[in-house]
Amino acid sequence: MIAATLAAPASGPGRRSSWLLAWLVVLAVTIGFSHLPRGTLDGLWEEVPRGMQIPVARWISAATAWLVDDARIGPVAFRDVTRGLAALLEAPLRAASSLLATGLMRGEGSAAVRLLPPLPWLGVVGAGALLGLHAGGARLAALMAACLGYLAVFGQWQSAMTTLASIAIAVPLGVAGGLLLGIAAYRSRRFEAALSPVLDAMQTAPVFAYLLPILVLFGFGPAAALIATVIYAMPPMVRVTQLALRGVSPEIVEYGRMAGATPRQLVWRVMVPSARAPLMVGVNQVIMLSLNMVIIASMIGAGGLGYDVLTSLRRLDIGGGLEAGVAIVVLAVALDRLSQAYAARAGHGLPRSRLPLAALAAAVAAWGLAFLVPAVAVYPEGWQVSTSDFWAGAIEWLNVNYFDTFEAIKTAVLTNLLLPVRRVLVAVPWWWGTFVIALAMWRIGGSRRAGIAAGFALFVAFTGYWAPAMVSIYLVGVSVLIAAAIGVPVGIASGLSPRVWAWVQPAIDTLQTLPSFVYLIPVVMLFRVGEFTALIAIVLYAVAPAIRYTALGVREVDPALIEAATAMGTTPAQRVLRVRLPLAAPEVLLGLSQTVLLAVSMLVITALVGTRDLGQEVYIALTKADVGRGLVAGACIAMLAMLADRMLTQGAARLRRRLGLAP
Amino acid sequence: MPATEKLVCRGVWKLFGPGAEAFLARTPSPSREAVAAARLVPAVIDASLSVAEGECFVIMGLSGSGKSTLVRCLSRLVEPSAGEIRFEGRDLRAASERELIELRRHRMGMVFQHFALLPHLSVLENVAFPLAVQGVARATREARAREMIALVGLEGREGRLPRELSGGQQQRVGIARSLAVGPELWFLDEPFSALDPLIRREMQNEFLRLQSRLRKTIVFITHDFDEAIRLADRIAIMRDGRIIQTGTAEELILAPADPYVADFTREAPRAKILSARAIMRPPTDAPVAGTIEAGRRVADFAAEIEAAGAPFAVVENGRPIGAVGRAEVMAVLLGRPPEGRA
Ligand SMILES: Nc1ncnc2c1ncn2[C@@H]1O[C@H](COP(=O)(O)OP(=O)(O)OP(=O)(O)O)[C@@H](O)[C@H]1O
Ligand SMILES: [Mg+2]
Repeated sequence: MIAATLAAPASGPGRRSSWLLAWLVVLAVTIGFSHLPRGTLDGLWEEVPRGMQIPVARWISAATAWLVDDARIGPVAFRDVTRGLAALLEAPLRAASSLLATGLMRGEGSAAVRLLPPLPWLGVVGAGALLGLHAGGARLAALMAACLGYLAVFGQWQSAMTTLASIAIAVPLGVAGGLLLGIAAYRSRRFEAALSPVLDAMQTAPVFAYLLPILVLFGFGPAAALIATVIYAMPPMVRVTQLALRGVSPEIVEYGRMAGATPRQLVWRVMVPSARAPLMVGVNQVIMLSLNMVIIASMIGAGGLGYDVLTSLRRLDIGGGLEAGVAIVVLAVALDRLSQAYAARAGHGLPRSRLPLAALAAAVAAWGLAFLVPAVAVYPEGWQVSTSDFWAGAIEWLNVNYFDTFEAIKTAVLTNLLLPVRRVLVAVPWWWGTFVIALAMWRIGGSRRAGIAAGFALFVAFTGYWAPAMVSIYLVGVSVLIAAAIGVPVGIASGLSPRVWAWVQPAIDTLQTLPSFVYLIPVVMLFRVGEFTALIAIVLYAVAPAIRYTALGVREVDPALIEAATAMGTTPAQRVLRVRLPLAAPEVLLGLSQTVLLAVSMLVITALVGTRDLGQEVYIALTKADVGRGLVAGACIAMLAMLADRMLTQGAARLRRRLGLAP
Repeated sequence: MPATEKLVCRGVWKLFGPGAEAFLARTPSPSREAVAAARLVPAVIDASLSVAEGECFVIMGLSGSGKSTLVRCLSRLVEPSAGEIRFEGRDLRAASERELIELRRHRMGMVFQHFALLPHLSVLENVAFPLAVQGVARATREARAREMIALVGLEGREGRLPRELSGGQQQRVGIARSLAVGPELWFLDEPFSALDPLIRREMQNEFLRLQSRLRKTIVFITHDFDEAIRLADRIAIMRDGRIIQTGTAEELILAPADPYVADFTREAPRAKILSARAIMRPPTDAPVAGTIEAGRRVADFAAEIEAAGAPFAVVENGRPIGAVGRAEVMAVLLGRPPEGRA
């Protein structure tokens, strides 16, 4: 963050050098704290003293306890209302899972009798392929068949269908909710103003923070998991809807009004259908985020692939975990490509076709067949292939043969990069940190934003989370630096050469499709637990936007400028360094702000490998069912994320104005 | 004009920006500087016009002169900041949102520069859409839509999607759609500007053919003077938000209110616009080769004059009111300023 601040332009050449000096002094002071002899600052409040801390966490816990135990709505206990809601949500979930995974059962446990079989695997594969054909042609059909077939062949069918069933319920809920909220925000400025910070919080707060209140209110089970998934996956749909509606051509809106459409008709019959293409992008996001939640949701009661990964990780069953993890990825790839193809088609209107009907017919036919000949319903066990042993063997082999290499890499990075940065940051007292943050924000975004930034920092300090927050800043900061060091050069190369981009694009597409948990599995296998492992997982998860935005920025520089530079006799290298890069700088900053957000969202997940930061606080709160602690630590993470995001986007906006790219 | 006034607006202002209405209430006719100082963008300034039943009224002006904003004020798509608008004598600005919806559903139609077709609907569904919004039954509205599609010559393309049509065809759909409800008042905002010249000409002919059959009251916007001349009964010229002159094409050519109007009319095909009355000299006693009705256009009788040796008498209601000869016709054809009664 300091680097970004320093890079931010000042307004005049003379003032620029004095600001540079000021920042050097700030940097020196910051480093200075770590060189003070131990104990010097004891009187100077390294942390806010306990007596002055505000027990927000305790208040929240007490409020939740009251809500769950004593609150009543009229004659009904609040708890019964939420539990009732959970039961209501469970009905469609059970229906979907009966259809796809378990079949219709009567009775409980081992006494259960299967009344109807689930959709047989062949029917699902066939229906998927037909939908692929409809959305994207033969290649997509083949991909769909291959992905779904993989799940059957490699013995993941039952779990995958349980996961698919929960996705099938979560996605429509998330899409409908997002659409409605987005429309409401489009129609009412007041509502938009109220909604915007809520969305910010939902997108930046770690999921774990609200897992707990959901658990307390709705009880352990698939309904709670569904609610958490929808909360996590819905915000982008809201934003996409707002953008999409605003993007509808004003002429179309005027036409709708001239045709005499009522406000409701205008939205539902004119604007929403005209905005189908961008809205489908939102649907794709909801699908991907729902899949991203699969593993986390299994912590509060969802079954399926996520549950398999989680239990394998707990048993340290390397092979089993990877196998289920890969199955999640395969499912994600299939759903991602299918929904993207539909999004691309929606732009120019889908051809009217009977293929979706055919897909339905195929599924029903296969189901009828399975009813008559139960053997076709299930993929034969004898034909299943398990890769579990292979993965376990491969990791074992790597560890046996390359243990020393891995260890050497880890030690080198730890001693030369991680520990020095950590030592400096951890020694920063809360008042100095608050001052630096506010100063940087003031420089970039003016006094109002600086005030908000200082407020955030003080919240962290006075709730008693300053020390873990600094560890979080250190982890995220170093990860983002590394991600930038990798992502920006790769992005430049991809922006300059379509050939490189052709290789890089599928790679980062895949990186962005993987649920965040999946990154952890192989890294833990190779480097075991610790901050280095966390670092690698964060970098892997967060590097994609840095590459994507840099490539975009470098590629989209006005060709007339490049021509002019060429005509002036610049060398190709000069054109990149002196024309393309400076002009792409705002995009790069935006990419980095996305990287920061992703990195922050990984914090809680890396807590599983033993980091000692805010993420760990949230995780501990979850295991201890301490709602207040979890929420406050989660809020601290969200505030850090928002701070970093605001600094970088403000920096980008300033740069853009300076370059004359925006008014 | 003897016909009844269908649409009248008086002193209409539109200033974009917050607090425009209050500002105008305080300062009823502010100067440009005052408007700028109040951080408002003047789009329409004190516009007055009246359109007669069955008339084609063209509003013309350069880009940014406020034509679109004015026409949107007339249909109240844009809320005027001040002024009065009457449709058949009824105060449009006092109409409630409900009444406006009713008016737009049955009495007004509009055609847009970039067609504004709904991308997800077929040609048939697009044309039927205004009726669908009213809740007309499917069979009825589709029958009506087919009729309209036939009217604009798009039979056989009912099932296409807009993106599968050429620009000209798309605008035909836009026209059919705006006519589907049988409006009396028809707004067209640069309907042919996005088309290439050949297609544009074809569409203008199509428009004239339709208008000769339908006799709608029309407010038509263009930035092309040739188009205005071909289609208009009367023309209003706008500059920087003001209407600076209103009149027939002939009046604008003969007596431009200022150099801006003169600029527009300079390249106009005078022979097709100017009438015998406009270029004649006072009647003489000299022998004449024949008579010419005062309203005939120069292009129309130039050949007769050339063929005859002597000038012609210009007559109105059978009485001679002047004379035209080769000299007058040549002056028009060569583009000299007319010497007749200017
Ligand atoms: N929503 C708006 N907010 C602020 N200013 C506007 C808005 N709409 C139009 N204007 C301004 O009002 C003036 C008139 O615009 P208008 O679109 O009416 O011009 P026009 O004559 O139709 O031009 P064109 O031929 O380009 O369509 C312009 O200066 C424009 O910038
Ligand atoms: Mg316009």
